[in-house]
Amino acid sequence: MPLLEATGISKIFGKLTALDGAGLTVGENEFHGLIGPNGSGKSTLMKCVAGAEVPTTGKVSFVNTDITAYTPTERARAGMSLKFQITSVLPTLTLYDNILLALQAQSSLLDLVFSRTRRALHDQVMTMLTQFRLADRAHDAAANLSHGQQQWLEIAMALAGKPRLLLLDEPTGGMSLEERRVTGELLQPIKQHCSLVIVEHDLDFIRDICDRLTVLDQGKVLACGTVAEIQANKSVQEIYLRRA
Amino acid sequence: MVAAKQAVAELSEGPDVVTGESAPAAKLPAGRATAGRKVLPIVEGLVLLIALVLPLVLQDYLTVFATRVVILALFALSFDLVWGYAGIMSFGQALFFGSAGYGVALLARDLNVTSIFLILPAGTLIGLTAALLLGGFLLLGRHPSSVIFVSLGTLTGSYAADRLARGWYYLGGQNGIPSIPSLTLGSTEISEGPVYYYMALGILVVVYLLCRFLVRSQFGLGLAGLRENEQRIAFFGYKAQHLKAIVFAVGGAIAGLAGSLYAFHEGFVWPNMLGVVFSTQVVLYVLFGGSGTLIGAVIGTVIVEGVSFWLSDNYRDVWPIILGVLLLLVIMFRPLGLISLVLGERERVGRFGKAPKETRNAAP
Repeated sequence: MPLLEATGISKIFGKLTALDGAGLTVGENEFHGLIGPNGSGKSTLMKCVAGAEVPTTGKVSFVNTDITAYTPTERARAGMSLKFQITSVLPTLTLYDNILLALQAQSSLLDLVFSRTRRALHDQVMTMLTQFRLADRAHDAAANLSHGQQQWLEIAMALAGKPRLLLLDEPTGGMSLEERRVTGELLQPIKQHCSLVIVEHDLDFIRDICDRLTVLDQGKVLACGTVAEIQANKSVQEIYLRRA
Repeated sequence: MVAAKQAVAELSEGPDVVTGESAPAAKLPAGRATAGRKVLPIVEGLVLLIALVLPLVLQDYLTVFATRVVILALFALSFDLVWGYAGIMSFGQALFFGSAGYGVALLARDLNVTSIFLILPAGTLIGLTAALLLGGFLLLGRHPSSVIFVSLGTLTGSYAADRLARGWYYLGGQNGIPSIPSLTLGSTEISEGPVYYYMALGILVVVYLLCRFLVRSQFGLGLAGLRENEQRIAFFGYKAQHLKAIVFAVGGAIAGLAGSLYAFHEGFVWPNMLGVVFSTQVVLYVLFGGSGTLIGAVIGTVIVEGVSFWLSDNYRDVWPIILGVLLLLVIMFRPLGLISLVLGERERVGRFGKAPKETRNAAP
């Protein structure tokens, strides 16, 4: 059984049909790219999967459970995590506190009030900061990071709860070439314990990192397969790759 | 928060992604850079020192006034916790203040209960219960409630309670409940004056320290996340609505404690204590002093009440206009309140628990 299975997802905003029966299937430990031209419904599909939008029709299953009606909190507790397209680290907090905030999300009220989480989770905080090359700035405010570093911090925060599925909406947006390369390196190790869905415009990045791709066009799935299959698909080349 | 958002906006406009540096103007100070400059404990110490010596230098009638201000500062703390830390715009905080006031007044009138050991817990419990009921209804939906829904909901609750009290004969109608006897400690009466003042001040200090402990704990870190980006922390798995409901209930309990102290200090309760007037007054105290700092709420109460007292004595006809203009000026030019004159953004956000030693050493 796949880890995530979204089927027949439609989303209608007033007169605009953003998604029209789209679907997405992701297996265990799979890196899955979601691509398509602007306005094809990639971000909307991602939001429907993450719980930020409620689909008009369709069903989302995660670990064999129907989660279509789950709130974002319930989805996070079921093992799903999202990195927003717009960086949403908490700018006034230190990097340390940003990571700890994410790590302690499911702690008990008493552990929070008596600050037991700070001691218990310290090693995990530092491990995550080290893994994302941010340990030397642990006590700097997040607002002081470069855009690329904020994206890394955000990915680290999204991974803090040890999700089984991580949804990344444009993780390399606004990054330099070097930062994109490093982002790819940072994401590789998580494959051992986590699946990934990436919405991304940078096709080189997608080709390097993903196992399978889903191509959306006008709210529908145009093609789905391995990177090689998608690259060989003529209709995809027609509508997307040539434009890119 | 505004400054920080601006900083982030500037960062995202054009940071140098190669060096990882951004324009100096967009920078928040690094942790260690401000580690040596701690303004907040000095401000808190000064306020406490002044509060301690006040009855020694004031005339008796002014000590009574100062007691009222101390109790209102306790009320303001409850709103600061709710708005400044959890981001819940409660326009009905007086509902809990007044309910407790009426509740303890009835205990005194009908059951002759005046013991401080019964009255203060009873008032706290009434405030807590009222806040749990209203908070449960307004905040604990399946999806996050909008700010408008919560502010109108609390405002309506407060207004409805005011109208109810005005029309209910048992509660004394428009006149409220007069002639509440004095609080008692054993066989001793605690009547207005220095004794009541120091008792109220002692309670304010204890509640302040408890609030400080709460907002500086990891629970406070959760609240900081909630305040800055509620949706984000929901995606981490936080039950954001539960966090809000807990703070709302704690705020209600503190308002209830303040309301019971106020009722016995004034010797009577009246419908305004439940209504929109007190509800908006406490918003002004906190906005004026600076929300999300605790001490800002106390300072705001002292200044608004002090200036009102002085103006009403010296400019009998136009003082509300002068006060209104002053408040507007502060909100226009110091949106983070007067406390922001001395308190930097980093210290205002504060720290949550003590960082383990090795990470403090790792700070740049």
